[in-house]
Amino acid sequence: MTSHEQTAGTAAGPPAAQARDVSKRYGATVALHSAGIAVQAGETHALVGRNGAGKSTLVSILTGLQRPDSGEIRFDGVPAPSLADRDAWRQRVACVYQKSTIIPTLTVAENLFLNRQAGRGVIDWRGLRRRAADLLAGYGVDVDPAALAGALTVEQRQLVEIARALSFGARFIVLDEPTAQLDAAAIDRLFDRMRELQSTGVTFLFISHHLQEVYEVCQRVTVLRDARHILTEPVDALSRDELVTAMTGETGRALAAGGTRPPVPATAPVVLDVRGLRLAGHYEGVDLTVRAGELVGLIGSGSSGKVALAETIAGLRRADAGTVTIAGNAPKPGRVPAALAAGLGYLPQDRHREGLVPLLSVAENATMPIAGRLGPAGIIAPARQQATAERMIRRYDIKTDGPHQPVSDLSGGNAQKVVLARALANDPKALVLVSPTAGVDVRSKASLLSAVDEAAAGGAGVLVVSDELDDLRSCERVLVMFHGRVIRDVPRGWTDADLVSAVEGMEQP
Amino acid sequence: MTGTETIAKPPRTGGTRPGGGRLPLARLRDFALVPAILLLVVVGALIDPVFLSAANITNVLQQQTELALLVLAEAIILIAGKFDLSLESTIGLAPALAVALVIPAASNGLGTELPAGLAIGLCLLTGLAIGAFNGLLILRFKLSAFIVTLGMLIVLRGLQIGITGGQNLFDIPPSVLYLGSAVWLGVPASIWISGSLFVLGIVALGYFRHGRSVYAIGGNTDAARAAGIRTDRVVWVVLMIGGLLAALAGLLMTGRLGSVAAAQGDGMIFTVFAAAVIGGISLDGGKGTLFGALCGVVVLGLINNILTLAGVSAQWIQAIYGAIILVALILARLTSGKAQD
Repeated sequence: MTSHEQTAGTAAGPPAAQARDVSKRYGATVALHSAGIAVQAGETHALVGRNGAGKSTLVSILTGLQRPDSGEIRFDGVPAPSLADRDAWRQRVACVYQKSTIIPTLTVAENLFLNRQAGRGVIDWRGLRRRAADLLAGYGVDVDPAALAGALTVEQRQLVEIARALSFGARFIVLDEPTAQLDAAAIDRLFDRMRELQSTGVTFLFISHHLQEVYEVCQRVTVLRDARHILTEPVDALSRDELVTAMTGETGRALAAGGTRPPVPATAPVVLDVRGLRLAGHYEGVDLTVRAGELVGLIGSGSSGKVALAETIAGLRRADAGTVTIAGNAPKPGRVPAALAAGLGYLPQDRHREGLVPLLSVAENATMPIAGRLGPAGIIAPARQQATAERMIRRYDIKTDGPHQPVSDLSGGNAQKVVLARALANDPKALVLVSPTAGVDVRSKASLLSAVDEAAAGGAGVLVVSDELDDLRSCERVLVMFHGRVIRDVPRGWTDADLVSAVEGMEQP
Repeated sequence: MTGTETIAKPPRTGGTRPGGGRLPLARLRDFALVPAILLLVVVGALIDPVFLSAANITNVLQQQTELALLVLAEAIILIAGKFDLSLESTIGLAPALAVALVIPAASNGLGTELPAGLAIGLCLLTGLAIGAFNGLLILRFKLSAFIVTLGMLIVLRGLQIGITGGQNLFDIPPSVLYLGSAVWLGVPASIWISGSLFVLGIVALGYFRHGRSVYAIGGNTDAARAAGIRTDRVVWVVLMIGGLLAALAGLLMTGRLGSVAAAQGDGMIFTVFAAAVIGGISLDGGKGTLFGALCGVVVLGLINNILTLAGVSAQWIQAIYGAIILVALILARLTSGKAQD
């Protein structure tokens, strides 16, 4: 994976995209303070920084969605066009946002040529589909142009968006956390695609929370912190620790690789016991046990069935066969309240969709599963709710104005802490966490993982379902799922390459 | 365009072939109601032979023209992701105001006695202005379309009652009566008008860039804006077209009935929404076709006619009609397989 043969063309010509001394404030908040970036033509440039460091603002300025208060933007050495001239911007820069800009109810072909299906005349649908097919084939994207865009997978959707961006003639493409929702195999395919396009002269600005990916596809990296530009360096010249230090502004303590906890005695009670679980189309014949105090990882590609398995344990799905036992009880399958009552804590995969009610306060969200205990006869005593929430805020280090702040105002990392606090609220005996650190910045990630460690130390059995190797480092053992089966049980001490190849279904040497 | 060289399409397994396929599966939904319509025709013919007579069919269609125009308006507005409940009041107020401006005070007019030739223009202009005002509140002041148009529904209805003193207007100028009562080539003019407007709408929304932008806005406004579509302007135009069509429907109704009833259009909006949803228009926006909406109108018209021919007593017809609409909605839900939010 060390393919950094393309050295950035530093000497040749002006940068493909450049922001100089750009400042932007929103009210009292300084989003960017004379920050800058220079992306050389033909390179893949990483932009990293913690949540709130100013990445999104810089991207929206670079793509012409926002006007900087001061400073200037240049493309290939030429000052950027006026903000009103969207067409000119589209020919220079394109952005694939985290939030889809595809219209799900229209076909792929129409999405590709949205608002340019035809001039003033009648749309030739047949010709449009042919043009779309040619465009997609030209970039090797295997998607049916007549399909509804809403039916595409995240990966296909991104490829369609990239193809659309390129079809406007832009040679500079911003990818805003493109890997956040992809599984490992899809990420590799995306990277291959990026390298291919790069060899044809396309320039990328790549934004990611996964530092490993920065080292994998990027040649240079720019770090923003607290609205300022911190450094721009070739990735080869920057160690992982140095990069983390630049992002957090504090030295040392990158991601502590657990491993300090004493091993769990074999006599510890089993708190989560899964026997012969099968759900057609997702997984079959799954057995696993988690003991009190044990931290077990579960890794697998997007199609491995790992999330469906977690959802079955939580009662969101109902297995076709097999049993789930939580702390000695067998809750009624397919019932979330039963699983919770049996002593399960669950952190869902997508905090926006399943985890939080955005407009409700931190206190209400965090105490939702224990609301019954905050007062008699279903009454929620405000004082007790508040006190409980304040305790959680302190304990999990949630950055908020107070228990009354709506969770929609919190940053991604802090919102995730609220979800975790909630999963832990009723002192579960077994804890199932799905992608606990997805889309979360480095420091929040560390504090989330240490809260998980603490829960395990406190006697809970934890199952961490994640693709993120950092989430799994402190696990006693990691189970690998492949095509619906648990194929390996890897004890602590694995190497990244070892685990990743197992996830890809490669045979053990 | 980049990638100009035509690369042989990779072989595909299953599914429709791009570009060449006859009808993509999604398109088939447009015709989902055609079997239902055929079934209703058979049922109608069995119940009463009169059903299939040219006079009855013409009658059914003509009665549905006003509803059809409202559904056309509502369907376009729904596809754009907005709502307009006030259409059912516009259908009454627009002709009432226009007529009141031209007839003498003795006939419950306003006493301005403008030239009668202006009436049609005034009526259409009123509809356009109502749509524009809805647009102002929804787009400029960022108010919820649902509640704005609900408010407008009440205000407009109240205005009509205020202007006419709660009376029906009978002294209608012949020019206003013409469109709703004329017969062209043996078929009522209102059928020609509604039919051709639907054809126009189907072509505009299916085959023109500006029409497609209505779908784009309803499907994902941010994406539409990012693609360079002037979303607010398009929605505003759509709302104005909606008002205009409702005013035209008002003219047709006035011509057909020979008067402007004080409660003209009252309660129609439920039927309008039912026809649109049965016809496959999504209340979420971005989905559905005008052909489907038209089928929805025809289905409701046939049901209404069959109930009358079957001799269902007038006291019960409303409850039965409403229940059938609910059943039709359930069936539409089952056949489309998707939840109607």
